[in-house]
Amino acid sequence: MKDIFITPFVDMFAAPDFLLQVLWEGLVSGILYALIALGFVLIFRSSRIFNFAQGIMVVFAALTLVGFHAMGVPAWTSVALTLGVMLALAVSIERVVLRPLVGQPDIILFMATIGITLFLIGFGEIIFGGENKVMITEELGIPTDSWVLEPWGGLLILEQKDVTAVIAAAMLVVGLLAFLNYTRMGRAIRALGDDSQAALSVGISLQTIWVLVWFIAGIIALVTGIAWGARAGVSFALEVIAYKALPVLMLGGLESITGAIIGGLMIGMLEKLFEIYWGQPLLGGNTETWFAFMLALVVLLFRPQGLFGEKIIERV
Amino acid sequence: MLDQSQGYVTADGRQIGGVLMEMKDITLRFGGVTAIKDISFDIHEGEIRAIIGPNGAGKSSMLNVISGFYTPQEGEVWYKGAPRPAMKPYEVARMGVARTFQNIALFEGMTVLDNVMTGRLNHMKAGILAQAIWWGKARDEEIANREHVERVIDFLEIQSIRKTPVGRLPYGLKKRVELARALAAEPSLLLLDEPMAGMNVEEKEDMSRFILDVNDEFGTTIALIEHDMGVVMDLSDRVVVMDYGKKIGDGTPDEVRNDQTVIDAYLGVPQE
Ligand SMILES: Nc1ncnc2c1ncn2[C@@H]1O[C@H](COP(=O)(O)OP(=O)(O)O)[C@@H](O)[C@H]1O
Ligand SMILES: [Mg+2]
Repeated sequence: MKDIFITPFVDMFAAPDFLLQVLWEGLVSGILYALIALGFVLIFRSSRIFNFAQGIMVVFAALTLVGFHAMGVPAWTSVALTLGVMLALAVSIERVVLRPLVGQPDIILFMATIGITLFLIGFGEIIFGGENKVMITEELGIPTDSWVLEPWGGLLILEQKDVTAVIAAAMLVVGLLAFLNYTRMGRAIRALGDDSQAALSVGISLQTIWVLVWFIAGIIALVTGIAWGARAGVSFALEVIAYKALPVLMLGGLESITGAIIGGLMIGMLEKLFEIYWGQPLLGGNTETWFAFMLALVVLLFRPQGLFGEKIIERV
Repeated sequence: MLDQSQGYVTADGRQIGGVLMEMKDITLRFGGVTAIKDISFDIHEGEIRAIIGPNGAGKSSMLNVISGFYTPQEGEVWYKGAPRPAMKPYEVARMGVARTFQNIALFEGMTVLDNVMTGRLNHMKAGILAQAIWWGKARDEEIANREHVERVIDFLEIQSIRKTPVGRLPYGLKKRVELARALAAEPSLLLLDEPMAGMNVEEKEDMSRFILDVNDEFGTTIALIEHDMGVVMDLSDRVVVMDYGKKIGDGTPDEVRNDQTVIDAYLGVPQE
């Protein structure tokens, strides 16, 4: 009992600099979980599709970026080209998958996104090969040094690429919120999420909005892919982190942008805290693979609608 | 009936314009069900045109054909003197046709103001970036749109709930917000599907007044569906009567009221 309820907290207070380090690591992972969840939420809100492919889109975007660069294309030109590819992907998905299936039951559309996932894996392996690649972090001008701080006379190491990732993610989120709240297209996306009939009646084109949200999801995927790739390399194993978006969504709700962000940060930080203070000393570590799912299940026991949802999620 | 294609003068002395929209031999089927059977009628500029008939007569289907939600198997829709190709609802909306729904379709999560603002979507042209950073043309546009929306809100007397999320409003007010959103688009044709259904007497009177005022002040052409003969007689200039997908009457309220086929169709049909 003492090991569970007392020792961890004593440790936290004894070395607050280390606690900060743990929280920071958790925040960095969390913000990336949040980004992936955000991609899910946008697509779900505007088309009621649970996009299973969001995770693989992260891998695909990162592979495409590295692939272009390997062909001798300058780094930022590769970014532009990758964005072009993500746009083409959005257009193709709308044409080939969504448009013919519109009006079908949700489960069919969900299956279709599994189809997209399998296609992207196969297609990606043919083009880029299956082996692990290195993200072009320095080529993109992302600093790779560390800042060493000494809070309370202790030690806190901030990797500059993580700081960059957090700043980039924050900017992306702020930009996205401004876009959703203050532009015509943004209003149209929110409207479509609320009531598609009404949206049609005020002149909103389903097709245009779908292409737009899948493209935004693609942009989010690229940013996530760069940030995560910089930490862990680029391979299909990256996809595993995308599954962390599931508990984030269970906590934050499928339709809430705020929920996705807060849920992502919470899970990122809590799983890190748990791993360091409980998992490693008591359970032999490696709890990060399952902790998020267990946390989500426990929360759902008490709040079936998730932390922020007002209504029960019934559509999935 | 006299030739009205050049317009006519109503019983209360209003001058009505030429034909704005004409339905020609429209047939609409859902599998085995024929919702509309070979119906033709026209809507003149500036008039209030009612479509009435018992439940399941095909009234909503007709409105859905006009607004592009349903595509008829046969027949043509003429708009402003030319046949309209098959169009998606959003394309019809962009041509100046706004509508409300029988089962209110609002953006429940948004405020009244935001809902009404979506009615202005087609009046916003500035680039995405300019809009996001509230700059230049985007800013002027947004201000102009806000002003128009505020006028509509004042007109429909919903100032006090501008910032309320629509999901929290009672039914009668929701109907009014839906009308506001449609009006915000400055439509040349306004389609109302049972705007008074489910309302109490007082709310019905308010809604009737708003409909008449909209037509009067903005000259908006209105096509509305009502279940209830009585309300329609007070509001409309001309009436189409439908029953089992067929048109069984077409004329002024007085003509329709005294038509034996129409009377028969309504006999034994419980009215709300
Ligand atoms: N989307 C649809 N799918 C299948 N049948 C429909 C659809 N819409 C309407 N109908 C059928 O068409 C007929 C007319 O319905 P409707 O136009 O709603 O009548 P009204 O508005 O006059 O009550 C009904 O039999 C209805 O069941
Ligand atoms: Mg109806």
